[in-house]
Amino acid sequence: MLEVEDLRLAFGGVLAVDGLTFGVGAGEIVSVIGPNGAGKTSAFNCVTGFYKPTAGRIRIDGADVTGRRPSLIAAKGVSRTFQNLRVFGEMSVLDNVRAGTHLWLRQRVVDALLHTPRYRRSEREGTDEADKWLDFVGLRADRAGLVRYLPYGEQRRVEIARALARRPKLLLLDEPAAGLNHGEKTELLDLIRRIRDLGIAIALIEHDMGLVMEVSDRVVVLNFGREIADGPPEEVRGDPAVIEAYLGRDADEAEVEAAREEVGGARGQ
Amino acid sequence: MSAGNGAAVQDPPVKPVKGRGPTFVTRFLESRHLGWAGLAVGLLAPFIIATPYAMDVMTSAVVFVMLAVGLNIVVGYCGLLDLGYAAFFAVGAYTSGVLSTELKLPLLATIPAVIVVTVLAGVIIGGPTLRLRSDYLAIVTLGFGEIIRITANNLSITGGPSGIYGIPGLFGDASSDPVVFYYAVLLIVAVAVLMAARLGRSRIGRAWRFVREDEDAAEAMGINTYKVKLAAYIAGAVWGGLAGVLFAAQLSAISPASFTFLQSALVLMAVVLGGMGSTPGVVLGAIVISLLPEMLRGLADYRFFAFGVLLIIVMIARPQGLWPHRSRER
Repeated sequence: MLEVEDLRLAFGGVLAVDGLTFGVGAGEIVSVIGPNGAGKTSAFNCVTGFYKPTAGRIRIDGADVTGRRPSLIAAKGVSRTFQNLRVFGEMSVLDNVRAGTHLWLRQRVVDALLHTPRYRRSEREGTDEADKWLDFVGLRADRAGLVRYLPYGEQRRVEIARALARRPKLLLLDEPAAGLNHGEKTELLDLIRRIRDLGIAIALIEHDMGLVMEVSDRVVVLNFGREIADGPPEEVRGDPAVIEAYLGRDADEAEVEAAREEVGGARGQ
Repeated sequence: MSAGNGAAVQDPPVKPVKGRGPTFVTRFLESRHLGWAGLAVGLLAPFIIATPYAMDVMTSAVVFVMLAVGLNIVVGYCGLLDLGYAAFFAVGAYTSGVLSTELKLPLLATIPAVIVVTVLAGVIIGGPTLRLRSDYLAIVTLGFGEIIRITANNLSITGGPSGIYGIPGLFGDASSDPVVFYYAVLLIVAVAVLMAARLGRSRIGRAWRFVREDEDAAEAMGINTYKVKLAAYIAGAVWGGLAGVLFAAQLSAISPASFTFLQSALVLMAVVLGGMGSTPGVVLGAIVISLLPEMLRGLADYRFFAFGVLLIIVMIARPQGLWPHRSRER
């Protein structure tokens, strides 16, 4: 489905992503985790075309899409949500989700100008699809109102519904649980599983370890732009390199001794 | 608000409308039949007053409506601030003016050529500029607006500073009845307004709004923002160019002095005053902007001063415009 090979991204002298290789298979849930600033979102932005990688290859279903514009990558069947919520605030909930239908809705400008049967049919289809996905994500709010007026958690649902209305093969979720309360997180967990059950592969960036360990088939761990682990959740959880990245590491005897000497030496001078 | 709705999330009953429900007035204002009501007002106006002067003012107002509706596609729907819109108005007017006087064609026959030329102008001006965002775009469009005017001022085929004279009427006759001409213009503009409104409620129209709201999110949904912006620009160019044809027909003479930055600014003012992105709002804004100076004629030398003060008061009292785009839409 998605193959990322030796991905590198440099901002000036800073390597945000430094040789990342991972893949997402069809129908698989892969989580990308790591401390803040590890390069997770940068990697997502490369995959979806928002950043042009400095080096490396990104393939979707075998087709090389490295450095292509985001709309073309979306056309290949990739859909995403954003870390800091990017809904169309001044538009209605339904219109927001209709954005997802843009790529597959069959409607020409002539149809719209003349209100042909095809126009009516496609508009109805788009609305039905939007309603379907809003039901799927469990949106309870008013669908004709502006998204701006919705509470945060509901806006998140709208964003996911919009991404699903694209009918993607691969969905990238960037910290979908951020800012959600406990109840909403439980619902999100259920939602992610139901999306996978539709046969959509999911790549997930998330800080909530409970959620990650619960849903992931595989976990990729990044630190300072480098991949330090890739495997099933239970294996990654026990990996010393991962624990070190998150918690730091206990110094061993020799290092303690060396440090003491250094400090002692400095005092002695 | 967030406190206490922890584990058990219950479904509240769906309550679709906040505050007051739709009143009779709002229901009327959002009705689909509103356009017909507006057209009826336009059709009945000559029965109230039909002096040649009044017909001239009314015809100008209707042409101005067409300009405002065209600019609304660019600024209101797509959020691209265009300060040189008069350029397309000029391209349309000059194309039809030159073709009709050189080839002795009625103006209506030049419309296909005008469409082709304005599309080209839209691509030529929009192609390089639409890679820019917001303020930069505004400055560059301002520059292109001036380039077109100065070019018209210096070419011999456009008649230089004195422009083109003796442009035939829409149907080839130079001296048609002003009332007949008014009705012809009104019907053409009514169709143009309807078409622009329909574009706004379609796949491409929504794409324009997505771009206006958030370009990156629009890209992520597979919308090629560059192409979509160019499409908005071309649509605006065609509407502006066709308005130029009507303008040339009305005056039978055009000169570069008609296509100054002031003209672009006035059209933009109509769009902002009426309510960006709202078709009824923009039509109303255009009528206000074009008729108000005439209504204020009694104030003689102070009329443009009063005009400015009134506009400032409106923008302070209703920054969203006289008739903003509706906020609820299924």
